[in-house]
Amino acid sequence: MFGWEFPPFNSGGLGTACLGLTRGLKNNDIEVTFVLPRKVDLDVDFLKIVYGDDFGSIKKSYVINSLLQGYSTSESYEQRILADGEKKPVIYGRNLFEEVERYASIGGDIARNEDFDIIHAHDWLTYQAAINAKKVSGKYLVVHVHATEFDRSGGNNVNQYVYDIEKKGMEEADAVVAVSNFTKQKIIENYGIPSNKIKVVHNAVDFENYTLHEMHTLKKTKKIVLFLGRLTLQKGPDYFVYAAKKVLEYYPDVVFVVSGSGDMERAIIRKVAEMGMADKFIFTGFLRGKDIREAYHMADLYVMPSVSEPFGISPLEALNCNTPVLISNQSGVSEVINHCLKADFWDVDEIANKIVSVLKYGELQRCLRDNGSKEVKSLNWNDSARRCVDIYNDLLRRKE
Amino acid sequence: MVSICFYFQVHQPFRIRKYSIFDIGKNDNYFSDSSETNLNNERILKKVSEKCYLPMNALLLELLEKHPNFKISFSFSGVYLEQLEKYAPDALESFKKLVDTGRVEILAETYYHSLSFLFSRGEFYEQVKRHEEMVQRLFGQTPKVFRNTELIYNNELARVIESMGYKGIIAEGAPFILGWRSPNYLYSPAGTDRIKVLLKNYKMSDDIAFRFSEKGWKEWPLTVPKYAQWVNAVNGGGEVINLFMDYETFGEHQWADTGIFEFMRYFPEEIMKNPDNNFKTPSEVIDSYPARGVFDSPRFISWADIERDLSAWIGNEIQNAAIRKVYSLGFKILKAQDPELTEKWRKLQTSDHFYYMCTKWFSDGDVHKYFNPYQSPYDAFISYMNVLHDLELRTDEVIKKKILLAENLKENIYKEN
Repeated sequence: MFGWEFPPFNSGGLGTACLGLTRGLKNNDIEVTFVLPRKVDLDVDFLKIVYGDDFGSIKKSYVINSLLQGYSTSESYEQRILADGEKKPVIYGRNLFEEVERYASIGGDIARNEDFDIIHAHDWLTYQAAINAKKVSGKYLVVHVHATEFDRSGGNNVNQYVYDIEKKGMEEADAVVAVSNFTKQKIIENYGIPSNKIKVVHNAVDFENYTLHEMHTLKKTKKIVLFLGRLTLQKGPDYFVYAAKKVLEYYPDVVFVVSGSGDMERAIIRKVAEMGMADKFIFTGFLRGKDIREAYHMADLYVMPSVSEPFGISPLEALNCNTPVLISNQSGVSEVINHCLKADFWDVDEIANKIVSVLKYGELQRCLRDNGSKEVKSLNWNDSARRCVDIYNDLLRRKE
Repeated sequence: MVSICFYFQVHQPFRIRKYSIFDIGKNDNYFSDSSETNLNNERILKKVSEKCYLPMNALLLELLEKHPNFKISFSFSGVYLEQLEKYAPDALESFKKLVDTGRVEILAETYYHSLSFLFSRGEFYEQVKRHEEMVQRLFGQTPKVFRNTELIYNNELARVIESMGYKGIIAEGAPFILGWRSPNYLYSPAGTDRIKVLLKNYKMSDDIAFRFSEKGWKEWPLTVPKYAQWVNAVNGGGEVINLFMDYETFGEHQWADTGIFEFMRYFPEEIMKNPDNNFKTPSEVIDSYPARGVFDSPRFISWADIERDLSAWIGNEIQNAAIRKVYSLGFKILKAQDPELTEKWRKLQTSDHFYYMCTKWFSDGDVHKYFNPYQSPYDAFISYMNVLHDLELRTDEVIKKKILLAENLKENIYKEN
C-alpha cells in the first residue's frame, strides 16, 4: 500500500484515513505493507511499514526525506522550500513534480522486494510509484481517490500535470475506490472513468472514548460556533464569515472560532475585521490532537461549509465529541450522516438560518447531538475495510 | 355472515414552506410554496388527484352503480377538503357523486387532523364541530361514527366520543393490542355504555395497503380470488372484516401498474360470489352486530409505525418542543381573537408537521423518509419553529393594538363624561 503520510505525522484527513483503513484491513485478516515516502518515527504494531533503513542495499530509496505533504499545491510547496530551505536538507528536487517522479522511481524497487497480491495507492502523489510497482510485479492495482485536483483547486486553475497523473493512475488501475458517491461522480465527469470501475468506500472514524473536559470558561457565557479546517478555497471559510455576519444580526451573543491555517488565513482575518466582527471571532491557528478535541467539545455547533469535500472526516470527529454539525451538501460525509444539518455551501442565508436555529432552539441542538453521536458510532473502519477486501477478491477472482 | 367494511382515510396537510429566520416578521405566507418541491401543496394535490382521487373515484362510482350492495366509507380531514375546493374542484365533485349514491358513509374527525385530543380539549371539540359543519355543507351528511387522527385512541377518548353523541369509534387492531381477541367482532370500549368500537383488521388491510406489490411476499401476486378465500375463511369465526387504509393506497402508494385498480375492479363481484359475504358501512355494522366483549386500552394506541403508539409524533425532543410551543400559543390566540391568525394557528396543529420531525429513521425510517417533504426532520423543525415565532409576533401585535384601542376608548368615555 502506497501512502503519503501517517498519523501523528499528517497534515489532514488522508493520513487519518490510511491509519483507519490499514487497521481495519488488519482486523479483516489482510496483511499490509505500507510504504511511506519519508522516515518518520512511527510506533505502529499492526502493520509493516517499509522504511529504507530496513532494506540493505536499496535502503536509501525508501526514505525520501522530502517536504512533500498530501495537500501541497506546487506553489505552496515551493514556498515551503523557501521557508525551510535553510534548516532542512532537501535531498531531491526543488519542485513538487520532481519529487513525485523520484518517489515514483522507487515503486518498482519495492515491488521487487516485497511479497504481495494487490497494490493499493492513495491519491495522485503515489500513483506513479504504484504504476511502476504494477509494471514490475504484474499485480492488480487499486487506486484510492481521497480528493481530486478539482476539489483542491475549487474547479479553477486545475493543474494539468496533476490532472494527467490522476487520470493516468485511474486508467492504469484495475479498480478505482472513491471515498463517496460525490467523488465518484466527479471521477466519471472529469476523468472519463467508466462508472462500473469505480467503487465507493466511505471513510469511517475510529473512536477513542473521549473524556469530557472541564467546560471552557468561554462556553459558560457565550455560544460558540466552530470552523475547523484548512483555510483554503476548498473548505469555504469565506462562506463561514459571510454567514457569521448574518447570524450576528439575529443572535449577537455568539463567538465564532476559526481553527486552522492555510493560504486564505490573512484574507479571512482581514475580511472579518473589515466587516466589523473582530471582537466576535477567535483565530486559534493550526490545532493538533487534544486541542482539536477540546475545540469540538466547547463548540455548540461545528460548521463545515466546504465547497467541494470528497469525504470530510471532521464532522464525524465533532459528533463523537458530542457536538452537532452543519455540513455542506457538497461533501461525501453528507452521504453517511443523517442526523445533522445540511446546506449548500453558497447558500449563506440558509447556513445562517441553521446556525441561528441551533443556537436558539436548545431541543434542536440536543436532538442533533444525541442522535448524531449515536449514528456516528455505527460507522467503523472494519466495515469500510471489508468493502476493500471485497474489491480485492473480485479482482483476484478475475485471474482465475 | 361476514361483512366487509371499507374505510378510506383521505388527508393532505397544509405543508409549511421553507421558512427561514429571515422570514420572521416579514412573511406571513406560511403554507404557499410555488416551488417544484414536495412542499408545494397545490402541486401535490393536483398530482395525487391525477394518480389516485380521480381514477379511483371513477372506479368506485362504476362499482357502486354496478353492484347495488357495494358500500364504502371515507374520512376526509377538513384541511384536505379545503384544499380540494381550492385546487381540485373536479375531484371534489367526483367525491360528491360517490356520496350521492347513498351508499357512502362519511366519518367524523378533527377538521385539522390534529392531536388536539391530547393537548387541548377545547380545541378538540371546536375542531370536531368545524369538521361536522364542513361535511354537512359539502355532502349533506352528519357523521355518526368518529375516527381520531391516525387512529389515536384510548378509553378516555371513547368515553368523550360517547358523550358527544356518536354511536361508534374506530381503532387499530394490531395483535399486540388485541391479545387473544379477534378484530373481526365489535367490542364495547371500557367505561362506555352505548358505543361500539370497530377494530382494523391489520393483516388483511395491510395486505392491500402495504404488501400488495411486494414481490418478496409469499402471497405475491395477490389476486382477488385468493383474497376472497381469506374472506370466506373468516366466515364462522367473525362478523366483520374492517379494511381501513389510506385512500392514496390506490394509485399513489401502490401505483397503477401494480394492478391495484384491477384488483379493486373485481373485488366486490368476487366477494359477493359467496352469499354469506356482504358489504356494510361502519354505521350499518354497528346496527347489525352486538359487541362481543370489552376493548380496554388505557394507554394511547395508533395505527402508525411498528410501535402503534404516539412515538411518530411525540417521540423526540424537537417534536415535544414544537407541540408544547404551538399549544401554549393558544392562550394568546384566544386573547387576540383574530380570525386569520386563529386559522393559521390551527393549521399548524396538523399532525403531519410533527410526523416530519420524527427521527426514528432506522427501524421504521423508510416510511418516514418517503412521506417527508423536507430534507430532514431537523429542517422540518426549523421551518416550523420559525413560523411559530412569526405567528407569535403577529399575535402579540394584535393584542397590543386591542389593548391600546380599549384604553383609548376608556379615555374617550372618561372625557365625554
